[in-house]
Amino acid sequence: MGETGYYLGIDVGSVSTNLVIIDEEDKVLEKLYIRTSGQPINALRNGMKTLTNRLNTNNIHIKGVGTTGSGRQLASVILGADIVKNEITTHAVAAQKMVPGVKTILEIGGQDSKIIVLRNGVIYDFAMNTVCAAGTGSFLDRQASRLEIPIEEFGGYALRSTSPVRIAGRCAVFAESDMIHKQQTGHSTEDIINGLCEALVRNYLNNLAKSKEILEPIVFQGGVAANVGIVAAFERALGKKIVIPKYHDVMGAFGAALIAKEEMTRKNTKSNFYGFGTTENEYKAKSVECQDCSNMCEVIEISANSEVIARWGDRCGKWSELDGSSEQVG
Amino acid sequence: MKLTFPHMGNTYITAKTLLDDLDVDYIIPPFNNKKALEIGTKYAPELACLPLKINIGNYIQAYEKGADTVLITGGCGPCRFGYYCEMHRAILKDAGYEMDILTLEMPNQGVKELYRRVKKLAGGFNAYKIIKALKNTAQISKSVDELERLTFQVRPREIKKGSTDKIYKIFLNKALKTNGSEALKKLIKATEDELREVEVDRNFKPLKVGIVGEIYTTIDPFSNFNIQSKLGNMGIEVNRRVTISEWVIDHIIKNALHLPRDRSHIEAAKPYLGTMIGGHAQETIGNTILHAKEGYDGIVQVYPLTCMPEIVAESILPTIEKDFDIPILTLIIDEMTGEAGYVTRIEAFVDLLRKRKERTEHGRDWLLSGN
Repeated sequence: MGETGYYLGIDVGSVSTNLVIIDEEDKVLEKLYIRTSGQPINALRNGMKTLTNRLNTNNIHIKGVGTTGSGRQLASVILGADIVKNEITTHAVAAQKMVPGVKTILEIGGQDSKIIVLRNGVIYDFAMNTVCAAGTGSFLDRQASRLEIPIEEFGGYALRSTSPVRIAGRCAVFAESDMIHKQQTGHSTEDIINGLCEALVRNYLNNLAKSKEILEPIVFQGGVAANVGIVAAFERALGKKIVIPKYHDVMGAFGAALIAKEEMTRKNTKSNFYGFGTTENEYKAKSVECQDCSNMCEVIEISANSEVIARWGDRCGKWSELDGSSEQVG
Repeated sequence: MKLTFPHMGNTYITAKTLLDDLDVDYIIPPFNNKKALEIGTKYAPELACLPLKINIGNYIQAYEKGADTVLITGGCGPCRFGYYCEMHRAILKDAGYEMDILTLEMPNQGVKELYRRVKKLAGGFNAYKIIKALKNTAQISKSVDELERLTFQVRPREIKKGSTDKIYKIFLNKALKTNGSEALKKLIKATEDELREVEVDRNFKPLKVGIVGEIYTTIDPFSNFNIQSKLGNMGIEVNRRVTISEWVIDHIIKNALHLPRDRSHIEAAKPYLGTMIGGHAQETIGNTILHAKEGYDGIVQVYPLTCMPEIVAESILPTIEKDFDIPILTLIIDEMTGEAGYVTRIEAFVDLLRKRKERTEHGRDWLLSGN
């Protein structure tokens, strides 16, 4: 074909939906960070629209699409993805590209946090928060709005702290109670925010990173890496330098694009991508509990312009195999 | 008397064989599902472990279908399970369900009390009938486990994805309606033949993963979100050394008859955990090591939140991970666990295992190109 190709990576997360377009040299042509606001389909539509407006998409030949994040399956159905990959793998791939030889990845996103340990260029071990989401982006967001400070400036406050305040960081709800208590006893906002940053880092290192060997180079990514207060707290706690990659907020999408490129180059087939205009369709998602057996699977059904385009969530394959038929679930 | 018993994966086939051959009237609760868990969560204490909650749901669903007596195996075990029958009794009573609980165990009162319970269960004591029924039960439980193990091997190699799941699901439903050990033996044989006929890729060398952890959540697919079938469909051959037949034969029969038991996992666990601390912690440690020595690519530990023995085992596993260079993923389950996050971890773990394998297989080339 000869024509230069591009690869699209999409990360649909709980808090943000990110899109990245890379070229054949793995260079980022465009990146977007959009708030999901609980409506992933809308976020995708906005993202595609913005890309269409910013770039001359007629001349952009997308050779492969990769989706990741908790909404990876939904995004894949709507856009026609070539690969669907979990966010742990995509984050690791992206970090290795940006910081060759990286040995530890700290990642804090909207509602999850993870630590990925790499040795000799391979994921060696990882951990992801399970029963608790204290100390993730959503919580910081909430505290910033409670203190009426824009989230972008939140970390800066921590850096201006002059005396340490210890905040209980094990549980997000109790951390908030403790912050309110510290406000009432007259501590400055700067000190409290710094205390909060330290509490979150302490929580992360004690729970998630326990018994993991944190070796340099250390990369810190995810939306929370933009918070200079948390970065400083990590550096103090570890006594090591932390690298924030250039595209720290869209690493999942970047990784998905890289994996899509690798896969499509290997397979040498045409992409499933439906085109930038596809999100103009009227999408509807609904979920129904199948009553046909005792498994009671929650079947998710996505339709475009009232035509069913995909179903998943069933264990027996009865619904997911009915591709594109007009039969309705339930 | 209309008996019922709790579900745990395909254990109902074993329990059914025993009751069929003893001519006992019984009701099998609906298979484990969200509803059973919902009912159980409503009545059980919040910090009780997941198995107890599902059990309670099973009993109440069976009660609604007419069951009045619960048959469970008990243990004077040092984990909470030893206390389950008393908990069940109290919870059902408080919830207003009048059910009798019959525990099959070696009671402290000795053989006489066990004899009384079996007599009550079998409606008399015909030694010949009871011994024959026990023999058949042990046999069935063994062949059901062998059948399941066959699915572990066929699933990753099947050409048409989903074939194994389909055959096995039909088997589980048919077993529900098949009465008596003779008919069950035939059904198991027929299913085995069907599985052996599934078209497989004979050259495919799947990665191998051992499943260890607490017995209920590792055996019961509803509790562990079908981990065996999930991994199998990703092209992974799984294995699980803790099985129902091992439990029935080793824990109940051999224990009662004071016969020598399989000690391989105890020997293997010795350098890390030299004593039985309750539950299946020693099995978890020992079997992890046995799998590692057999050249498995990874281990998945599964247990219900707040399970003390497995928490101890989990804290020992990182040392084994290092000593044997085998990746271990721990999955903790309770009624709040979301399937999406669970799947993400499993997928990432499989990616990790694949990359590691590629790396070791191509290690030499990589070194060359690195120079």
